Amino acid sequence: MRPMADNGIMKVWYRILLGAVIITGGVILFKELVGHSTVSLFEPAGPTAGSQSRLIKTMAGLMLLVVIPTFIALFTTAWKYRAGSPEAKYDPEHTGGFGKEMILWAIPAALIAVLALMNWKSAQELDPYLPTRSLSGARPLTVEVVALPWKWLFIYPKQGFATVNYLQFPERTPIHFKLSADGPMSSFWIPQLGSQIYAMAAMMTQLNLEASAAGEYAGKATEINGEGYARMTFTAKAVTADDFTAWVARVKAGSNKLDMAAYNALAAPSEGVPPAFYASVERGLFDTILMKFMVPASTGMANSSPMQRDMEMPAGMDMRSMPGMRK
Amino acid sequence: MNEIAIEQGRVSDKFVFGFWIYLMTDLIMFSVLFASFAVLRGATFGGPAEHQLYDLANALTETLVLLTSSFTCGLAMLAAYRGKQGQATAWFAATFALGAAFLGLELREFFAFAAAGNTPQASASLSAFFTLVGTHGLHISAGLLWMLVAIAQIRLKGLSPFVVSKLKRLSVFWHFLDIVWIFIFTIVYLMGHML
Amino acid sequence: MTHLLFGNLTLADLPHKWFTVGATGSIIAGGIAIAALLTYLKRWKWLWSEWLTSTDPKKIGIMYIVMAALMFFRGGLDALMIWLQQALGSGALPGFLGAAHGYLDASHFQQIFTAHGDIMVFFGTMGFLFGLMNLVVPLQIGARDLAFPFLNSLGFWLFAAGAVLINMFFVIGGDFAASGWLSLPPLSGPEYSPGAGMDYWGWSLQISGLGSLLSGINFLVTILKMRAPGMTLMKMPLFTWTSLCSSVLVVSVFPVLTVAIALLWLDRFFGMRFFTSGFGGNPMMYVNLIWIWGHPEVYILVLPSFGVFSEVVATFSHKRLFGYVSQVFAALGVSSIACLVWVHHFFTMGAGADVNAVFGISTMLIAIPSAVQVFNWIATMHRGRIVFATPMYWFLGFVSLFMFGGMAGVLLATPAADYQLHNTLFLIAHFHTMVVGVGLFGIFAGITYWFPKVFGFTLSEKWGKRAFWLWLTGFFTAFTPLYILGSMGAARRVDSYAAATGFQPLYATALAGGLLIAAAFLTQIVQVVVSILERKQNLAGGDPWDARTLEWATPSPVPFYSFASTPEVRSRDAWWEMKKDGTANAPKKYEDIELCKNTGMAIYLSGCVFLLGFALVWHILWLGVLGLAGAIVCVIVRSFDEHTEYVVTAAEVEKLEKERLGRSPS
Repeated sequence: MRPMADNGIMKVWYRILLGAVIITGGVILFKELVGHSTVSLFEPAGPTAGSQSRLIKTMAGLMLLVVIPTFIALFTTAWKYRAGSPEAKYDPEHTGGFGKEMILWAIPAALIAVLALMNWKSAQELDPYLPTRSLSGARPLTVEVVALPWKWLFIYPKQGFATVNYLQFPERTPIHFKLSADGPMSSFWIPQLGSQIYAMAAMMTQLNLEASAAGEYAGKATEINGEGYARMTFTAKAVTADDFTAWVARVKAGSNKLDMAAYNALAAPSEGVPPAFYASVERGLFDTILMKFMVPASTGMANSSPMQRDMEMPAGMDMRSMPGMRK
Repeated sequence: MNEIAIEQGRVSDKFVFGFWIYLMTDLIMFSVLFASFAVLRGATFGGPAEHQLYDLANALTETLVLLTSSFTCGLAMLAAYRGKQGQATAWFAATFALGAAFLGLELREFFAFAAAGNTPQASASLSAFFTLVGTHGLHISAGLLWMLVAIAQIRLKGLSPFVVSKLKRLSVFWHFLDIVWIFIFTIVYLMGHML
Repeated sequence: MTHLLFGNLTLADLPHKWFTVGATGSIIAGGIAIAALLTYLKRWKWLWSEWLTSTDPKKIGIMYIVMAALMFFRGGLDALMIWLQQALGSGALPGFLGAAHGYLDASHFQQIFTAHGDIMVFFGTMGFLFGLMNLVVPLQIGARDLAFPFLNSLGFWLFAAGAVLINMFFVIGGDFAASGWLSLPPLSGPEYSPGAGMDYWGWSLQISGLGSLLSGINFLVTILKMRAPGMTLMKMPLFTWTSLCSSVLVVSVFPVLTVAIALLWLDRFFGMRFFTSGFGGNPMMYVNLIWIWGHPEVYILVLPSFGVFSEVVATFSHKRLFGYVSQVFAALGVSSIACLVWVHHFFTMGAGADVNAVFGISTMLIAIPSAVQVFNWIATMHRGRIVFATPMYWFLGFVSLFMFGGMAGVLLATPAADYQLHNTLFLIAHFHTMVVGVGLFGIFAGITYWFPKVFGFTLSEKWGKRAFWLWLTGFFTAFTPLYILGSMGAARRVDSYAAATGFQPLYATALAGGLLIAAAFLTQIVQVVVSILERKQNLAGGDPWDARTLEWATPSPVPFYSFASTPEVRSRDAWWEMKKDGTANAPKKYEDIELCKNTGMAIYLSGCVFLLGFALVWHILWLGVLGLAGAIVCVIVRSFDEHTEYVVTAAEVEKLEKERLGRSPS
């Protein structure tokens, strides 16, 4: 075995200094690269995203309590016991023992126990299916979302209109999303407001979000669904309640109708679709889209009236009432 | 006893053990098919319910045929251990015949379903049925082919340790398929009638 | 008539795009170059009889590693193309080569990252791992071969057939799957991905998966049944333990992959309804099945690395491994828990808080044995006398990345946090930290560590350390931006993005890191070349590192019969104990050795399976029948063969040993 060159003390301190300079330089560099862009994970604009941001920071901090000492132990041990080090004791048979090994198991176990509690609690509190708190006390607004190739259709069932790639809602109001797809699996996400959730054909998922203040937020798809996937972005705008009412009135005063014919044209693949607005939308369109995968065309159910279907929607379509799923 | 004989003892031990491990992976594969069937059996997409589809009498016949073939396979192995070539061949031939009869009954059932419009393409439930039962049928077919090769090996090489070791594996394979069939009969046909 | 003969193949499927022409050209050129070299050196017969038909795990191991390195090169080229596209994909920049953004159109870009993932996992990493396991495990347990040598050869050739098939689309077809490395339906189903590319995906994975399954069975039986006398399970080296755990995982979960891909194929080929949007189909079931395989698979990839580092740290610290029992239980714990966590890959599919939390907590539990292993390695170094050869550099890099990647993993394991991190570049950064920082660094350490055992000379330390530093800095430069981008809300698999997002400078930094990694890879090639040129100065005896485990009891390179006489084991670190109590050079008792003959049958069988796969991709009935019939005939012919082994008598062994010792006293 060939002898390794002995590193003098000066060379080691030089290397530690170099490392520190590199790391500091790296941090500064990355801050520059981020610039003024939004780091949505840590710049939440809604209560859900706020909780998530705090959760991540807390967990990271707790983990660093174990990780940083481990790093220090790793490098100090490696340095202290390097071959050729004069003061280090060499004990080749120094192995474990039940006691020492149990302590080593206990440390990560304790950390994980704490994190597991946080895991459980946060999963319950930040369940996307749970309505948000309603900061202004207003009642929730329901928006039905359909992932189409490669744009987002937003139906406002109570107000009776629809938009494409443009979502507007009142601030400090819970928004209750019901999602589905007419095409491959997609995933719906507004990073600054909170959780993403899949949108799948023949299934309905739900999401609850709220914006703490007025603002414009980026929305996107995060599950690959074909060629136009990367351009399936949309704008989510939170406005004051009055502005929202005025906007609704403006949209409804328009002339576009989203009837079945228009919907079928819309459902054909297209990408880079600019925001579109429909003053009226086919009644029960969301349920129709869900139903079209659920029954054969020949049974007639597919052609039954929307009102009938509102009342008869089979439980099997709701993700949460699938066999084995608890709410 | 020289080293090679000891080696050979270890060798045959590891062949049977290795075959068992393979059989367990096959079992995992069947379990996944069973799980898929369990998830999809209700997704008939407006088609007939399971209890309207399955002919229990036919399934029972298939079960009895296959169980008998396991019995004849066992008799073939007993003959093989006793070195009785003729008997071993005969009992394997009987097993083959019964296995072929099973396959015939199964194919007849599949074609009857298809003729009535209950094809694997009609719904997820039928896709799952045809795949689970069909995969078992494919394994039976492979076993039948193996049986022909085994019979040829008995005729050509006699019941040497080399041949008997292979017959052991074939019989384990055949019994395993029988056990899987019991699960199919119970979970698919019997439960399908109750649900 | 043409349809009967050619299935779905048409003239349009011959290469005509710039990259298919380029790739086909280089494949043909490479093939001609190799053929010319073999002809000039008159080495065709040598190649066939010494290497391709060999059943010797030492040779099969080398073939796996060569193949894996080639596939890594292909996967790496894909990675460079991805980095370049994403750096150029800002809406503020013009498009090149006809693309709207960057230089690749969306469909092509999606094919590239799909291929990148599959090639790196199935052919790069799995290939390296099976290679290392073939080279090392039999020697570590004192065996001369695996339990089933023919099956070993077959496993390799099926792997090779899959590798050829996944690259086949360059030559015939022109398109690969574009739906991600696991190709979830309905996107991967017949309605949205009707082309042959998806089927290339399915059959290359299915065929190589079969090879992996056979190898897993082989290693499992070998480790359980063929250990040297006296080597109980709790005396086995850690690399063998982790290889055992990996093999158990392979055997348990590859059947699930087989079914998942098969059901998708039934949808595509026969129009069945497993994963369709309508007709009662359930795409979510595919997601579950594929991840029931997929998560254990990533542990299959990293477990052997844990074993490598246990060996490396103990050897280079000249100390017994601290907490052997804990390490074994940690490996077992990681393997078992790995099978219970799969839902964490789709928390956002909507399963509900309870289900998600249970799987989140089970995922977090893996952090416990992982941390214990790190502590045990540090404790092993404590009071050791550590020599910082290249493998120890890889170790230090590995632990650093493991801890950071692990922290990211614990965050992702929390559903509430995962809702903000899933399918973002944060996820990409996390799993690359694991497969590169843990898996790949372990493979590099293992290759450096065992290279002298296999070839008889050590790799250049100088170039090895250079490669390490390039890999480490390259990795940090390439993936730190991705952690940041994920925090900025950047989704994965995106070929273009608005300039206003501010993503572009970070993507450009990632590209710079990618170029450093490319330089690192080149440095490793230089390392191999230089080492070969300098081999006379770096000759290694049987035990160049003053190591501890049984494989170092053999000479380097290892003779074809491995051990002249079967060793007897009395403790852990068997070789170290032998050196201590003086039995290391005890006179050997020679015995007759039975080894498996070479055979081309595995090649013929795999060739038939390849034809079957190709035929199924293109719906060519006669070719499929031919391939299937050929495969069956091969199996039957092999089963009639009683003379698959040959004997090396004790006298011959003694003669060979005396010759060897005469050449170079070891």
